Amino acid sequence: MIPVHHFSLFERYAYDTAHLIGAVILMMSFGLLYQRRLTAVIRTYSLQAMVLALAAAWQAFVQDAPHLYATALIALLFKGMAVPFALDWLVRRLGIHRTVETALGIGPTMIAGVALVALSIVLVLPVTASATAMTRENLALAMSVVLLGLLMMITRRNAVTQVVGFMSLENGLILAAVGAKGMPLVVEISIAFSVLVAMALFGIFFFRIRERFDSLDVAYLETFRGERR
Amino acid sequence: MGSLVALLPLEAHNPLFWILGAPLIGAALLACIPDWRHAVWLNVAVSVVTLGGAVSLLSVRPVETPLFFIDDFNIYLVVLTAFVGFTTAVFSAAYIGRESKTRRLTSRHLRFYHSMYQAFLFTMLLALTANNIGVLWVAVEAATLTTVLMVSLYRTREAIEAAWKYFILCSVGIGLALFGTILVYLAAQPVMGDGVSAMAWAQMIKKAGAFQPELISLAFVFLLVGYGTKVGLAPLHAWLPDAHAEGPTPISAVLSGLLLNVALYALLRFKMLIAANGHALQPGPLMIGMGCSSIFVAAFMLYRRGDIKRLFAYSSVEHMGIITFAFGMGGPLANFAGLLHMTMHSLVKSAIFFAVGLITQATGSKRIAEIRGLTVSHPVLGWAFVIGVLAIAGLPPMGIFMSEFLVISSTFARNTWLAVPVMVGLLVTFGALIMRLQGMAFGEPGHLALDSERTHQGWFIRGVGMAPLMAHLLLALVAGIYLPDSLVAWFQAVAKLLG
Repeated sequence: MIPVHHFSLFERYAYDTAHLIGAVILMMSFGLLYQRRLTAVIRTYSLQAMVLALAAAWQAFVQDAPHLYATALIALLFKGMAVPFALDWLVRRLGIHRTVETALGIGPTMIAGVALVALSIVLVLPVTASATAMTRENLALAMSVVLLGLLMMITRRNAVTQVVGFMSLENGLILAAVGAKGMPLVVEISIAFSVLVAMALFGIFFFRIRERFDSLDVAYLETFRGERR
Repeated sequence: MGSLVALLPLEAHNPLFWILGAPLIGAALLACIPDWRHAVWLNVAVSVVTLGGAVSLLSVRPVETPLFFIDDFNIYLVVLTAFVGFTTAVFSAAYIGRESKTRRLTSRHLRFYHSMYQAFLFTMLLALTANNIGVLWVAVEAATLTTVLMVSLYRTREAIEAAWKYFILCSVGIGLALFGTILVYLAAQPVMGDGVSAMAWAQMIKKAGAFQPELISLAFVFLLVGYGTKVGLAPLHAWLPDAHAEGPTPISAVLSGLLLNVALYALLRFKMLIAANGHALQPGPLMIGMGCSSIFVAAFMLYRRGDIKRLFAYSSVEHMGIITFAFGMGGPLANFAGLLHMTMHSLVKSAIFFAVGLITQATGSKRIAEIRGLTVSHPVLGWAFVIGVLAIAGLPPMGIFMSEFLVISSTFARNTWLAVPVMVGLLVTFGALIMRLQGMAFGEPGHLALDSERTHQGWFIRGVGMAPLMAHLLLALVAGIYLPDSLVAWFQAVAKLLG
């Protein structure tokens, strides 16, 4: 089924490096799920964004697609530096709890995470049989990062960790987009996402959102979404 | 980026220049106008220009480019969106006039509101006219952002909670939709090659038969969940009632009447790609399943609503379910019914929200229990509201009856058992709406209604508030009694296009 490619030395090298960088990004996603302190979560996210910048730059070099350097630059400067800095400031300024409040314990979350990675491999590898190895494995890694981001959003109760989960989901999407050879509008899409992220941070600050609203606190059940008053 | 600028419609004879340019420039202008009294009318004027551009599409069809195109399907949605955008701007003029007296909206908030209103119209029109599926995604994402900002306008705890929930859920939704879009690109890439035109829908549909079927099937699942969140399909609808209830009422009208349509439009474009492929999974059963669950969830949720705007928000979930169901059934008749229902629902639901806006301003309450005897205290508004609710419940002779009848009869002809749950859902909804309507419209007026003197206004503003409501109901009535043959023929052509 799988077509045999005769890789040149450069292609094999390009593939191995891209694979390695993608795997590091996935490891960082697990790191995000594992952290118990908010500052550590923010650091891990910052690292993930920087490795994503490396992945984008590597793809720009391998595919000879200079516009991807712009994506790499956005990932490095905005997501890797500006956003973590802003988050740190928010946590200090709003006096948000420094420990991560979980809706599901760390252990079960890690097990669910491993299951999600297995799921994405099982889903992606068979359907991309005719694509190149680079595309296939990159896509499987990217989908794992997306699903782990989703898992983090579901299992963490604090608004900041929820937003970090969303941003890590977005890192997975950008990883998929830069890995799709020749895909147009990648830069525009990463700019659009950056605006979304900026809005989320702005929202947390402006409205002082500390908790997820659909939390299990009895105090929130009282208002019941404005239906009972 | 430089190559993209060359593809923009920058010639004055191109209708797209007016359709997209007017709201964009309008948004910038409105952000600079400090006095809301001028801004409300500028808002209307900009919407008139946009509507003019949209209507001129009927005679001048712009040339297809890799970024923008107009075909039989999106042309009617562009006209509908520009029309409802215009009528809502008119309604908004009256609504804001009153709101600035009774509520705590400062002129800074209003400046922001008007600017965002035009920005929102721009993003919707961009999504509808986009040829490139990447541009389509960016436009839907931007539409989410602008509406989040408007939902949080009142800055109450509930409004912020609603806006945050809307923001988070729909961000995840559009994130998943982007993943689906990337997968579609990967499925198409061996055939389409690289570059901007590789994501142009009009080019993709021609070669869709050669796309990798497994990959595009996987993509559709992500797209259904992603854009489906934005359509408000159950069980992904959690954001919808809150966002509708807590924002300003003109925004509820455009959210329900237009934004849900735009998200569904995006989904249908991908459904067309899959249908043209032929080897991929059948999107029909998935859409039928989501449609049925939306109809059911909404129908039973309607019974326990205490808030008038939430009531009609759930009714929107139900109607989007019916439309998704119809398109999921497919075939000329069901698609025809779906298109007609999309139009009718837009007109009638925005009319209802106009009425609800006037009612909440007159009675000072959103609680259904506190709104009583409207036909006695406000005869014109009350009866218009009654007609609107009867129309949305699906009573003849309004247009919604016709489209629902077509959905059910076409389903009966093909699969009797599928028609049963839809009919049950429609009946349950009907019961809930009539039950609520009775209390609100008839009987002794509530004590709050007597306070309406404080919002008393001249005949001009009252007329401005009522005119869009009447226009929408009249159009829905006309469509229910008589559809022009040319319109029918054209709807049929689009229905065939949808496969």
